[in-house]
Amino acid sequence: MSLLDGLEVGQVVAERSFPLTRDTLVRYAGASGDFNPIHYRDDVAAAVGLPGVLAHGMLTMGFAVQPVVDWLDARGWVSDYQVRFTRPVVVDPQVGAVVTVAAKVGALDDAGARIDLTATVGEQTVLGKAQVRVTAL
Amino acid sequence: MPVNPALTERDFPPVAPYLVGREKVREFARAVLATAPLHLDPDAARAAGFADVVAPPTFPIVVAEATLQQLLAEPDAGIDFSRVVHGDQRFSYSRPVVAGDELTATLRVTSIKTLGGNSMITSETAMVDGDGAHVVTSISTLVVRGDDA
Repeated sequence: MSLLDGLEVGQVVAERSFPLTRDTLVRYAGASGDFNPIHYRDDVAAAVGLPGVLAHGMLTMGFAVQPVVDWLDARGWVSDYQVRFTRPVVVDPQVGAVVTVAAKVGALDDAGARIDLTATVGEQTVLGKAQVRVTAL
Repeated sequence: MPVNPALTERDFPPVAPYLVGREKVREFARAVLATAPLHLDPDAARAAGFADVVAPPTFPIVVAEATLQQLLAEPDAGIDFSRVVHGDQRFSYSRPVVAGDELTATLRVTSIKTLGGNSMITSETAMVDGDGAHVVTSISTLVVRGDDA
C-alpha cells in the first residue's frame, strides 16, 4: 500500500512511550559525541542551576521521530524535520523519565505529508513546532 | 561579552570530509532508540533500494559538530559555551544519508539576534557528498543566556 492511501488530516499514525534512564543518556553521549556533563553528572547540573540531569535535546529529537520512521516502513522517507526545544527533560537517577510521543497528520499533498509530533512528560510538552515532512518513495 | 554580530559576514572553510560508517550509523540508531530495520540491517536497507544502512533523521548533527567547534573556536565570537542552550533544530534533506557517504560540511552563520539580554545565533551547516551534490542542511539556533538570565 502506498504511503498516502487512505491517509487523512488529523489521523494519529503512531504513538509510543520512551522510558529513559541515565544509561540512555550515557549511550547517546557516546554515540553523538556530546559529552556536556549536565547530561550525566548531578553535581554539575546543580552547580549551573538545573533541576537535575537533563536528556540531550538532540536525544529527544532523535527518538521522537522514530515512531514515524517505523510507520513509514520504507514507503517514504523523512525529508525535513524540525523541532523547538521548549522544556528540558529531567532524568531521575532512580526512576528515569518517560517521554510519550504522538504523531498526527498535519497536512497532505501529492508528494507526501506533514506529520506533527507531540512529545510529553506527564502533562507537559517538551517539544514545540515538531514537524516531520515525509516524502513518498 | 555579547555575541559578535560580525560572525554573519564571516566565511568558514569546509571542514574535513566525514565518512559515514555502517557501524557508526547502527550505534547512533541504537542510541536514539531506533528499531526500524532500515537503520540497522544492511539487507533490509538494500531491499528498500538503498546502498547500505540509512542514517536516522538526526544523524547529521554528528557531522555538524565539527562546524560548531569551528564557530566556538573563533577568538572574537563572544560565545560562552557554558551559557549555551539549544533553542531549535532542523534538518532539510535532498536525499537520505546512507553508510558510505562522504559528507563535507560548510558552516554559515545566518542571523544573530539579541532579545532581553540573551543572544540567539542561527547557523546553517550544508553537507554535500563526494560529487558535490547537496545532501542535507542542519539549521540550529543556539541561545546564549545573558548574565542575568
